[in-house]
Amino acid sequence: MSPLALPHRARTFLRAPARWSVVAAIPIVALLPLVLTDYQVTLADNIGIAALVTLGLVLLTGVGGMTSFGQAAFVGIGAYSAAVMATFQPADLPFGLSFFAGSPIAGLVLGLVITLSVAGILGAITLRLSGHYLPLGTIAWGLSLYYLFGTIEAFGGHTGISGIPALSLFGITLDRGEELFRLIWGVVIVAVIVTLNLLDSRPGRAIRALRGGQIMAESMGVDTFRAKMTAFLTAAVFASIAGWLYAHTQRFVAPAPFSLQAGIDYMFMALIGGVGQVWGAVVGAATVVMLKEWLQDLLPHLLGRVGNFEQIVFGLLIVVVMREMSSGLTGRLVEAVRARLPRVSIAPAGADLAAVEPLPRCPMPPRGTTILEARGVTRRFGGLVANDDLSFSVAAGEILAVIGPNGAGKSTLFNQLSCVDAPTSGEIVFRDRRIDGLPSREVAKDGLARTFQHVKLLPTMSALENVALGAHLRGSDGIAAAMLRLDRAEEASLLAEAERQLTRVGLGEYAAAEAGSLALGQQRILEIARALASDPCLLLLDEPAAGLRFREKEALAELLGRLRAEGMAIVLVEHDMDFVMELADRVLVVDFGRQIAEGLPAEIQSNPAVLEAYLGGVE
Amino acid sequence: MNMQIVMLLGQDGVTNGAVYALLALSIMLVFSVTRILLIPQGEFVAFAALTMAAMQSGRAVQLGWLVFALAVVATLMDAAKVWRSKGREPWPHGTLGLLAVAALALVLTKVLPLDRIGMFAQALLTIALVVPLGPLLYRVFFQAIAAAHSLVLLIVSIAVHVALVGTGLLMFGPEGGKTEPFSDAFFEIGPAMIASQTLWVIAATLALMGGLWVFFGKTLYGRALQATAVNRLGAELVGISPDLAGRASFTLAAAIGVLSGILIAPITTIYYDSGFIISLKGFVGAIIGGLTSFPVAALGALFIGQAEAFSTFWASSYKEVIVFTLLLPVLVWRSLAHTRVEDEE
Repeated sequence: MSPLALPHRARTFLRAPARWSVVAAIPIVALLPLVLTDYQVTLADNIGIAALVTLGLVLLTGVGGMTSFGQAAFVGIGAYSAAVMATFQPADLPFGLSFFAGSPIAGLVLGLVITLSVAGILGAITLRLSGHYLPLGTIAWGLSLYYLFGTIEAFGGHTGISGIPALSLFGITLDRGEELFRLIWGVVIVAVIVTLNLLDSRPGRAIRALRGGQIMAESMGVDTFRAKMTAFLTAAVFASIAGWLYAHTQRFVAPAPFSLQAGIDYMFMALIGGVGQVWGAVVGAATVVMLKEWLQDLLPHLLGRVGNFEQIVFGLLIVVVMREMSSGLTGRLVEAVRARLPRVSIAPAGADLAAVEPLPRCPMPPRGTTILEARGVTRRFGGLVANDDLSFSVAAGEILAVIGPNGAGKSTLFNQLSCVDAPTSGEIVFRDRRIDGLPSREVAKDGLARTFQHVKLLPTMSALENVALGAHLRGSDGIAAAMLRLDRAEEASLLAEAERQLTRVGLGEYAAAEAGSLALGQQRILEIARALASDPCLLLLDEPAAGLRFREKEALAELLGRLRAEGMAIVLVEHDMDFVMELADRVLVVDFGRQIAEGLPAEIQSNPAVLEAYLGGVE
Repeated sequence: MNMQIVMLLGQDGVTNGAVYALLALSIMLVFSVTRILLIPQGEFVAFAALTMAAMQSGRAVQLGWLVFALAVVATLMDAAKVWRSKGREPWPHGTLGLLAVAALALVLTKVLPLDRIGMFAQALLTIALVVPLGPLLYRVFFQAIAAAHSLVLLIVSIAVHVALVGTGLLMFGPEGGKTEPFSDAFFEIGPAMIASQTLWVIAATLALMGGLWVFFGKTLYGRALQATAVNRLGAELVGISPDLAGRASFTLAAAIGVLSGILIAPITTIYYDSGFIISLKGFVGAIIGGLTSFPVAALGALFIGQAEAFSTFWASSYKEVIVFTLLLPVLVWRSLAHTRVEDEE
């Protein structure tokens, strides 16, 4: 495969500012200790450690839309693990750990293992629930751990553990400020690179879909729970590593820096810096750490008393940030810079596509075989019967149109067919397998793809990436491969497939445009491209022609006709009767949830029951 | 452990549990009407308790300044809104009334001999000081972002809590406060001595719950709030102002918080930052009720009270750890019962 394949190039370009910023950061980190005073180096060390924790929150909150106030507790686990392994006598350590006493690497590994276990349990019980349970769960857990650190006698209670030796890795002792500075900021830069890599990958797209696109992502086969867990565990790992660095920098640990208050401070850092950008973590950490130093000097003078009064300022600051500039300081800056950059358009791919390994395709079922069958499907919402005993089937290479007046229950039916919703009674069979009640990502695996009546795209992602989300199940490279950039061959294939589908539906020239910037009609077509990218054998289209102009409708009809010729089964809900009657092989008419007619388009047009439903009866 | 200790611990558990149940009720009320998880709920409790304690020990009461300052800010925000709409928008009623109450309460705390006016008057003045905090917090911090993503609401809620705790330290200092019990009487029932304070707490809790039941079931305002909780947009379309619903629910939350604070102050020493831990137990109750079922939440809160009382006896230093660990099985159960993927609003 050629590394110059267009989608790859396009993406590199789109993400270029973030990548170049990493390259620029490396000499800064190398040279900065030469000009800073000792005090400033210490401050910068603290900022780096805080930035690492905050980076996890940028991923979790800014990208994934989840909140944790318990990050300080994960820092605590990392720090206490390091302290215990570094200072305890082998005899005091549990069996199995005593052999590694004194090893800083063992401290790091122990911290990571405990952190992953705790975060795994917390995530397992809260991430399936609505978004309020994770923050509440992390608050409770953060408080508990703080009390636990303070009460366990072996950990020195509230006085903590002191006398942690200087960090010694592979025979090199890091005890000078500038050495620690380079280590800490080196880790921060690696974490930034890993985060950027993750976001720019198949699992990363799943995480980016979490905010506002969970139903859609599940329909495309994305396991949203797994995506949430990935973000949460990554954030916890960053915090744990930060704790290990903290223990070896301070050479002493006590419970106070791992309290819930500290957890809230990390969240504030992420919000002030801007949760949308990786460098927002550094900006936020630097702002909060330095502002805190300054306020802790200033406020006692002003108020004539000692106490955590800087918290009043931070609390009010966050209120203002959330109200006035939700993208934070860095977000403001990036927006301002972006507005001054020229908009780039990207030429069509041409020959480059051929150089990429195409994705394998599933064989279509033979024409005429029944693919989907609904038997007595009934859906009640309380007293309302939205679907009443619907039975029909669709065969490969056939277009079935479902029509009916507004409120007839068509979208309810669609949600059940695609397993977004489950019928109250009745069965749905897809490719000889009963699917009603299954999660929607399960049927996506078998080749069912859909579009939504109310377009569900990720508006700030490019059209290309939105379509690539549809091909999620056709890739398999995981998180580790993504972080280490070992997923490039597969990623290029996925993006080439996305590009191919975009071109197929006629949106090729918009590959790099933000999906939210397209016209509504184009967004509907983009959803079709996304569905096609999953290599389906059954396509469910909810009002695909709404908002399209005449020529666009013609092109859509032509595309659907070609798909039918390839053997695809298509079910579509549509209000445009000319479109339906010309295209569909059979028509199902639904009114008040009941099936009032089914047959060839010509039969339906003269069916008295249908005429009555649409035009009103003759008295 | 003998019968007497069991009764004593049980009594403690019931008293604390009743207060947690009230807070759980209030948290769910605010959540269902506004989607805000009211983290500052505990500050109402702590501020009320510490204000009572300050009055009784003859120290200066500073809370009036905070309430007055917030009332001034709220009035200015209203004025700015009216001014920006060039007079098209009417002057919102409510805030000026709060300004008047805040000013009056501030003056009273500065001129009255607070330690000699009697417990009932002290309680009334505390209520007059703390209850306006509810609608004022809503007006100043939440009204403008009422339609925002629930994550934003949660973060602002946390931020307001953090700022209030800092202000609490400024107003009340780091020392704890405890008030005199309503009466010193004890009743002997079988082997147990029942403190009259316990009975006060139980009676007040039941009375308040009954009052809320009547309010929501029988009054127009109550039904309006209930309608908002069931369907926010629908309620707005039939003319129920979301601002009004928000302020009303915050007023109720502050009122419940004050009463809880006054009830708990003679039993426990309260510090400026104690409110959070207390309200968090209310949150645990609310989570047991799935943030929707009032009776289940109330039972859950009573259970938390018992668990806390008995773990104080057996493993006092692990008390908080045990209480919050109780969340785990609840979350496991909720998680297993919940299978559908939803998009967050």
